[in-house]
Amino acid sequence: MDLKGLLAAKKDAILRKWFDAVLESYPADTSNFLKTKKNRFANPVGYSLTKGLEALFDGLLQGVEIETLSPSLDSIVRIRAVQGMAPSKAMIFPFLLKNAIRGELEPELRGDRFSGEMTALESAIDALALHAFNIYMQCREKIYALQAEESQRLTYRLLQKAKMVCEVQGEDPGTGSSKDTKK
Amino acid sequence: MKILIPFLTVIALILLVAAGVKAAGLELLFGVLIPYAAVAVFAVGIVLRVVKWARSPVPFRIPTTCGQQKSLPWIRQNKIENPSSTLGVIARMALEVLFFRSLFRNVKTELRNDGDRLAYGSDKWLWLAGLAFHWSFLIILVRHFRFFAAHVPFPVRMIEGLDSFLQIGAPLLYLTDLIILGAVTYLFLRRVALPMVRYISLPADYFPLFLILGIAGTGVLMRYFTKVDVTGVKQLAMGLVSFTPVVPEGIGTLFYVHLFLVSVLFAYFPFSKLVHMAGVFLSPTRNMVNNSRMVRHVNPWNYPVTVHTYEEYEDDFREKMKMAGIPVEKE
Amino acid sequence: MAKFTAKPNELSKINLTPRRKEWMDTPVEIREHMYCHPAKIKDLQTVDFSHAREWKPADEDWKLPQNWEQIVLDGMQALLKKYRSFQVFMDICVRCGACADKCHFFIGTGDPKNMPVLRAELLRSVYRGNFTLAGKILKKINGARTLTPEVIKEWWYYFYQCTECRRCSVFCPYGIDQAEITMMGRELTNLLGLQIGWIAGPVAACYMKGNHLGLEPHTITSSVELFVDDIESITGIRVEPTFNRKGAEILFVTPSGDLFANPGTYTAMGYLMLFHELGLDYTWSTYASEGGNFGFFTTNEMAKRLNAKIYAEAKRLGVKWILGGECGHMWRVLHQYMDTWNGPADFLEVPRSPLTGTVFDNAKATRMVHIAEFTADLIRNGKLQLDPGRNDHLKVTFHDSCNTSRGMGMLEEPRYIIRNVCNHFYEMPEDTIREKTFCCGSGTGLNASENMELRMRGGFPRANAVKYVREKYGVNMLANICAIDRATLSASMDYWNPGVQVCGAHELVANALVMKGEKERTQDIRLEPLPGEEETENV
Ligand code: HEM
Ligand code: SF4
Ligand code: SF4
Repeated sequence: MDLKGLLAAKKDAILRKWFDAVLESYPADTSNFLKTKKNRFANPVGYSLTKGLEALFDGLLQGVEIETLSPSLDSIVRIRAVQGMAPSKAMIFPFLLKNAIRGELEPELRGDRFSGEMTALESAIDALALHAFNIYMQCREKIYALQAEESQRLTYRLLQKAKMVCEVQGEDPGTGSSKDTKK
Repeated sequence: MKILIPFLTVIALILLVAAGVKAAGLELLFGVLIPYAAVAVFAVGIVLRVVKWARSPVPFRIPTTCGQQKSLPWIRQNKIENPSSTLGVIARMALEVLFFRSLFRNVKTELRNDGDRLAYGSDKWLWLAGLAFHWSFLIILVRHFRFFAAHVPFPVRMIEGLDSFLQIGAPLLYLTDLIILGAVTYLFLRRVALPMVRYISLPADYFPLFLILGIAGTGVLMRYFTKVDVTGVKQLAMGLVSFTPVVPEGIGTLFYVHLFLVSVLFAYFPFSKLVHMAGVFLSPTRNMVNNSRMVRHVNPWNYPVTVHTYEEYEDDFREKMKMAGIPVEKE
Repeated sequence: MAKFTAKPNELSKINLTPRRKEWMDTPVEIREHMYCHPAKIKDLQTVDFSHAREWKPADEDWKLPQNWEQIVLDGMQALLKKYRSFQVFMDICVRCGACADKCHFFIGTGDPKNMPVLRAELLRSVYRGNFTLAGKILKKINGARTLTPEVIKEWWYYFYQCTECRRCSVFCPYGIDQAEITMMGRELTNLLGLQIGWIAGPVAACYMKGNHLGLEPHTITSSVELFVDDIESITGIRVEPTFNRKGAEILFVTPSGDLFANPGTYTAMGYLMLFHELGLDYTWSTYASEGGNFGFFTTNEMAKRLNAKIYAEAKRLGVKWILGGECGHMWRVLHQYMDTWNGPADFLEVPRSPLTGTVFDNAKATRMVHIAEFTADLIRNGKLQLDPGRNDHLKVTFHDSCNTSRGMGMLEEPRYIIRNVCNHFYEMPEDTIREKTFCCGSGTGLNASENMELRMRGGFPRANAVKYVREKYGVNMLANICAIDRATLSASMDYWNPGVQVCGAHELVANALVMKGEKERTQDIRLEPLPGEEETENV
């Protein structure tokens, strides 16, 4: 059996290990919840993580182009990008797969029967991680953009008018500051 | 610790009464005085509690609506989940109190996703166990009236008959005995096993569970295993209700343990979360009619507040308003 | 290979899982991007809120007033005496956990203190310690704790991570409503001057100028002028709204956000077109130019002070009844509070649609009708000529706002409207709509930008359900009847479901509405080419 076959055979165990390791990046009280509920709508974070990790695993096994895994990566990274973790922590999840595989296939990987294949797989995981980092940056930039875009959206007509009459009307929307404030 | 303290407390209570009766012969205390005291505390405590609640007014009409409102005649209103009449509220409360409607909401056939299991399974169990526990508690309570009446009233006999319809064993096995033990055990295990529920649980959540387990356990022991003198028990019970207390000889320590735990439960009731029994009826989000736009609700403490009047507003902006062609009161 | 890189297992050691502790022993961690900036001093002073000062949530010392403990305990005592809901909810929770995983903030953040029951326990623990016998004697064994500045921080942090959406209340066997408890909690933080800027600013603006954005009268009219121009270029018809007009039959009140914020502006244009087409005798007001009520997110009294303008203006203008636009919390307030605060509205008449003759008996005391009720009645009676085909480029789903669904029960009216003006309408999964709807994640004045991460996390459960219908049916438009939704879901969709847009129900109405004498439409209300029209342009 080649490494792929081994991985396919042990898929469930490896995924479980990987998932658990990813959950360790959350505080205990949180990860408990993420583990318990399986429903897509009752526990969307847990759901997205499990589904996403599985899709990534399958993709790696089949050796597909990393780009085609973007949607699955995205579904995970997009969540982790707003979970208040340091980037190093948020982005550790691809690497944890190496750990999970080495842990689960420990006996088989002893010796260097699979070392060639394993090296290839590990660089694929590295590529995945780099790609994930791109997505992470896009997500973070989106958050900052949202903050700016939203304030524009909130005052869209004001801005439009300001442009039309070429002068700012002196409004300070949302802050309620007012020259006319008096008791 | 959260579990151990209440557990040890219940054990200590049991030892206390066993020692009291066996070694010190305090049958009168545990058989008569404490039960009287407990019932008194229960009654007074509950009344005071309800009075306390009732004294806080309901300033606003704030039902949580769980269905379509009454609006246009051709739109079908959900008369129970969003009641616009007292009858609807009664139905809503009845569903809530008798069938735990809201807990049942958790049970919902879920969309299945690539073989995901039926979700909310555990919540369905909560509803079921909660219902099983409360109903069997009620039935057992009613069954106990046989001890307090010379002639067992018909409804009580009927319930007994239903409860033992399996006709197993002698004495006949009551289903509710099994159910209550099972349900309370489940409720306990659930508290320990589900991380979220465990996290929110306090000693005060475990204590009543242990207490009720103790009560049901001693009751079952008395009925099916170490028999106690039932005529003696009935004598004592009749004495209590007729205010001519007697303490018959030789009823057995186990009975006093049972009675004492029940007394503790009664006395504990008004000071604990168990008052939910009464509180559920006073919950404004459930017991109010959603007719706030039809009938003005009056807030007893409504008081005048300062506002920024139109006149002040116009004073601030009169010129700007005139320029924009907005009519003003004072030119 | 790669012997020199840290092994993954070493890397992961950085993330040591914190040791499990009781929640009471876990001090609050005030995390950035999860909270809003404090209120500005002058905004608090404008409305006479006490203890206005400079303070920073990240600081150790929040400069609490000297006698803060007394203030809080007295405040609690007063609230317990005023609200049966508060008193009962403090006493009867059995901690069954049925509500625990129903909160979008808990689902999205996983932070256990975002479980509704625990959010309540933050307050309840202090209640037990100070107001119950058992708590005073047994202390921590009975779940009681003493009031410390840490507790106040925790309250502030978590009561401003609750959008008062009431979803938890639906699932609780006793109807315990965390929204109600959060309101009490916010009253208490307010006593200590701990208000947030995003709420205090609009409150002060609304108090002085009549609306949250602080728009002055001439700004309101000139902005509506812009709508009028756009409508004319789309339909060829010039609508003629009036302002502060005495003797009009109807006063129209809607959230001011819709006058300036996209995409709410399109909904406002929808109102203008609809009313014009009906020939409705109505007026806008610049004084009562706010339907929403951010005061509701501070104190009950403040909410009443802001709300008073609506009846006062209706009385001054001598209208017969009031019509209210699409908004969520606005309608919670109008439906459940306004009449009690500032009624009785005996100077008004029982609302009657001048077009269909329908008498709105359901509003016979408050005398204010929701525009979805009004429009549904019009459609039902065949008073509108509609061409739903003009919305064929949209695949629509509907988001129930928390307040209209759980504080009112308005579920079918907007659906009826949408079904009549759109050909493609798809519901999100059952457990995420109607009374079980998920909050947008940014209600109760939490729609600031500095807490964008909190908002995205809290908005995830809703976005996730939208994602489902997007994948399944290709949904590209999220309709709703709430001005806050229109603003906040836009951001949430942008992040979670790029490509899904957000609109009010009356924007869809406006697209479909065939107006008398209109020119052939080539653009929708957003001034974008209608389907079919792009191709003709390309030809
Ligand atoms: C109108 C009457 C009552 C209603 C509607 C009611 C409802 C409920 C509900 C819905 C629960 C939560 C589900 C659960 O945890 O099992 C509960 C819990 C509980 N109830 Fe009641 N109850 C009532 C009366 C009583 C009475 C008379 C007792 C007396 C012993 C009682 C004792 C308990 C206990 C101990 C729990 C906690 C179970 C746990 O810890 O999980 N209830 N009740
Ligand atoms: S559902 Fe109600 S009783 Fe149960 S824990 Fe939540 S608030 Fe308490
Ligand atoms: S009201 Fe809404 S936001 Fe607040 S605790 Fe309940 S579910 Fe969460």
